[in-house]
Amino acid sequence: MQHTSPIREPLITGGKTYHDITEDVCRQVEAGPNPRWAAAFGVALIGLAIFFYSVYRTLWFGIGEWGLNKTVGWAWDITNFVWWVGIGHAGTLISAVLLLFRQKWRSSINRAAEAMTIFAVICAAMFPVLHMGRPWLAYWVLPLPNTFGSLWVNFNSPLLWDVFAISTYFSVSLVFWYIGLVPDFATIRDRATGPIARRAYSFLSLGWTGSAKSWSRYETVSLILAGVATPLVLSVHTIVSMDFATSVIPGWHTTIFPPYFVAGAIFSGFAMVLTLMLITRVVFKLEDYITVGHVESMNKIIMTTGSIVGIAYTTEFFIAWYSGVTYEQYEFINRATGPYWWAYWTMMTCNVVTPQLFWFRKIRRSLVLTFIISIFVNIGMWFERFVIIVISLHRDYLPSSWAMFYPTWIDVGIYVGTFGLFFTLFFLFVKFFPVINMAEVKAILKSSSGVTQHGHHPHANVVHGAATDLNTNTKHSNE
Amino acid sequence: MNKKYILGIYDDEDILLDAIEKIRAAGTKIYDVFSPYPVHGIDDVLGIKRSRLPIAAFIFGLCGMSFALWMMIWMMGFDWPMIIGGKPHISLPSFIPVTFELTVLFSAFGMVWTFFIVERMIPTFRVNVFDKRSTDDKFVMAIEVKEGVTDMKALNNLLRSSGAIEVNEKEVVK
Repeated sequence: MQHTSPIREPLITGGKTYHDITEDVCRQVEAGPNPRWAAAFGVALIGLAIFFYSVYRTLWFGIGEWGLNKTVGWAWDITNFVWWVGIGHAGTLISAVLLLFRQKWRSSINRAAEAMTIFAVICAAMFPVLHMGRPWLAYWVLPLPNTFGSLWVNFNSPLLWDVFAISTYFSVSLVFWYIGLVPDFATIRDRATGPIARRAYSFLSLGWTGSAKSWSRYETVSLILAGVATPLVLSVHTIVSMDFATSVIPGWHTTIFPPYFVAGAIFSGFAMVLTLMLITRVVFKLEDYITVGHVESMNKIIMTTGSIVGIAYTTEFFIAWYSGVTYEQYEFINRATGPYWWAYWTMMTCNVVTPQLFWFRKIRRSLVLTFIISIFVNIGMWFERFVIIVISLHRDYLPSSWAMFYPTWIDVGIYVGTFGLFFTLFFLFVKFFPVINMAEVKAILKSSSGVTQHGHHPHANVVHGAATDLNTNTKHSNE
Repeated sequence: MNKKYILGIYDDEDILLDAIEKIRAAGTKIYDVFSPYPVHGIDDVLGIKRSRLPIAAFIFGLCGMSFALWMMIWMMGFDWPMIIGGKPHISLPSFIPVTFELTVLFSAFGMVWTFFIVERMIPTFRVNVFDKRSTDDKFVMAIEVKEGVTDMKALNNLLRSSGAIEVNEKEVVK
């Protein structure tokens, strides 16, 4: 049995019962498309079309369609890659790390956040693949026998580590997400009225019955998956940061990168979770499950990781001066005062200043302000990657090779297009999959809803009231 | 042959836990209990042993680690040695990330496949639930009925006195 202190804010409001949870979550799946959903899905499809067109141009004409030049060989593509991967990290953090820490508030948001992880990683993976120039040879990054035409891959290269990290991260997240979905698919299956829905969800639910032994194994699997996903998520952004840190470019060659990137990833990921959930809870009327208390908890994480990111920026600047390396010092002065000063100061404002507003409880609990700040954080974190990548590259060792990066509209199109891809997947998810983990929310309902279920002490019924219960229960015997 | 079960339907996890203890104390064997979510403490009262899946995960993890190390050492050190950055052919520190990732990959997938196999979870159109409400809001206790042996009336009374809101019978075609 679980016990929660009565002074804790309830995680589920509105006096819900188990059946209410099923109804509230299954409603979106079973009802026809909500008009607001259909409109939003249409917009996402336009974005997807932009994505396909930009990708077609990139593949047909090559990456000369992008604004890259000899000096700035990595720009929006890798910026977007790191940004999207970072966004994905919040999902794993919520589903794995918060599970290990027994944070019950994760139950209402973990499903959508994990979905976000998977879709964000799909978007992220587009960029390095497209940057290869010949993506149809993308399988050359795998260690294939030499008879395929390539030598063995170089296992000393961080870019190769990234291949392993991202693909492991994607597949393990997918499995973790699916395992969580199985019991909820079974719920939808058992409620389904139409033959197609019943067969489809039956197929997806893998014959789940919810027997005690199955749940026991299921919980073990979830716990172990959380245990392996926790170091995994930390390793992924660590390895992403090593793409930069193991090179000798001033501004990239720093040992602070792994923890700094991981904190930044969680920071941006939570901001994206908030952006999405604040809309989803209203459109699908899930305010009783994703409460202001949930928003506040996430805002506290944003504030913490935002402060870590702020300290990392300061440390980087200090170490650049302290190192005595002229190139390193110039690089950092150039970030703050060079031609890209506006990118640097956008980053500093959005990532260092705005999260500090969450010290105020009023702001942490204000949905409008949270939404605005979450957008600021998303923008700030995009600029962080832009600052690191483009500003470090654009002024080379030789002033004769100094250059600026100007994105073409294909660069913009692919970036905007990945939003189309992301939201197309996300909207399909919220329509056809249960957007809240029903089983987990039911499991915490009794201890965290603020009301005792059935309005009586659980044990009183059995110990003292057995005789009366027998009488009242005869009424149900015809059911 | 058809099998017959008697189903006790409960609507509260604590009543269910007490009921399981009571029914087992009365010497009745419980076939299985179905619940919409994992009920904590049910393993102890039903006498379910702790799953050995973590051991599977550990062994698969070890396999992944050995495979990764063997693969990199063989490829980089023996099959086609190349000098990269003047470093040794077999430079273990730079093999750590891939070793770690493959350990996690093998351990997660190995454990999940083991879970699917022991639970016989496969995509299927057949649904074998005793009571469909057990994936919604009810807790269903199933007790196997042996024709001529089980005292139906006593069992019915036992289930009701333990707090069941309903008692039903169900035949399952084998």
